[in-house]
Amino acid sequence: MQACDKGGGVVTTTLQTPLNDEVLHLHAGDRVELSGIVYTARDEAHLRMKKEGIPFDPKGAAIYHCGPVIQNSRILAAGPTTSARMNNLSGFLLDQGVRALIGKGGMGQEAREQLRDRAVYLAFTGGCAALAASHMTLRGVFFEDLGMAEAVWVIELDSLPLTVGIDAQGNDIFETVRAHADRKFQRYCTQGS
Amino acid sequence: MLRALEMATTDALREAVIRLPPDVKRVIERAASAETNPVAKGELANIARNIAAAEELGVPLCQDTGVPVVYLTLPPSIPLTENLYDAVAEGVRRATANIPLRPNVVDPLTRHNTNDNTGAGMPVIHVKPGDRFTVTVLPKGAGAENVSRIAMLLPSENDGIERFVVETVLCAGGKSCPPVVLGVGIGGTFDGAAALAKEALLQPIDHMDPLEQKLCDAVNCLGIGPMGMGGDTTALAVKVKTAACHTASLPVAVNVQCWACRRATREVVW
Repeated sequence: MQACDKGGGVVTTTLQTPLNDEVLHLHAGDRVELSGIVYTARDEAHLRMKKEGIPFDPKGAAIYHCGPVIQNSRILAAGPTTSARMNNLSGFLLDQGVRALIGKGGMGQEAREQLRDRAVYLAFTGGCAALAASHMTLRGVFFEDLGMAEAVWVIELDSLPLTVGIDAQGNDIFETVRAHADRKFQRYCTQGS
Repeated sequence: MLRALEMATTDALREAVIRLPPDVKRVIERAASAETNPVAKGELANIARNIAAAEELGVPLCQDTGVPVVYLTLPPSIPLTENLYDAVAEGVRRATANIPLRPNVVDPLTRHNTNDNTGAGMPVIHVKPGDRFTVTVLPKGAGAENVSRIAMLLPSENDGIERFVVETVLCAGGKSCPPVVLGVGIGGTFDGAAALAKEALLQPIDHMDPLEQKLCDAVNCLGIGPMGMGGDTTALAVKVKTAACHTASLPVAVNVQCWACRRATREVVW
């Protein structure tokens, strides 16, 4: 793990999978460049892994909430999907040693508590499917019968730029922003803009 | 002529899902340089790099290539016939196979996917008279469409318009992939206001009138920021369209559009 300040006061940390205790030192809002293998998984893949077991070594693994577009073994588009759908499906992965969940929009309180002291949630910018694909090489697939969007794709990342959304201390940037926006709206309603 | 319409529809879709219009790129660049929140700056930098990567690789910006919303203008020499609708649908099928687009269109009840982005009433086609024969496409992704809202306000609630717009963005949070563009339809009828809101998204977004600017500033006070992670830029722009309405009505519709404000126009020539 290497950390450096690339300006603007934001620390960029480079991480390589398999991950370890270094994720515990990340803070919500930090920038991360992640390299190494990640596994895509959406709703169906989570259900299948829960039932039949995880087809890869979960220790130190990173899970990417993504349904990519693959054509002739090439990744064309691989933006993040909404992580909240996996709120109640991620516990067994974290229990078995997964160290990072990657997606968009953040996760709920249950996931936040399950991440505590062991893993982080990394946010990737919604809609940035072409940027993601330009940092990826396809390495394999599990559960291909689930279809292109729901299969578990094994993808090697080369410095994918991410932001720590929820850290291992329970700081949740999405929750903080939501609470702030609620307060702003209450004030707006009582005082006008 | 029908073949030319089909080709123009495919071309416009290809352009729209790969390249953002110059006004949209300008507004995103402007927001990125004005943004003060470091996390938001990072998100906007990713968006800028994604726009460049899509153009360079010739692939769609986002894997949600949307549903096809199409606007035709017909000069007096082109009669409005069923064939025109079929040609546009064929252009959508071709675009789905060739670009490719993600097949998003399903039956609303059985959820059966047609796998070619067409179906009953899809593509959505709006026709207006014009000087030239043109096809404009607005591929609409679901994340932002799903948080769009309509209200039938009381005519005495004039302030309610701004409040409803701000509340819509608050409820959407990060789900709409902000920074968003808001199309706001004011007046008309219940259905008409929603159509106006979507049409408002066809206008260039690098200029706002005082009402649009006021709505945009009010939304940005929320601080939701890119992807709901905080920042100055929650809305890139607000565009308003109005229509006359009943003296007892005040319909307001907000059509939310993610930062990938995709649209493209092609003239149909043959």
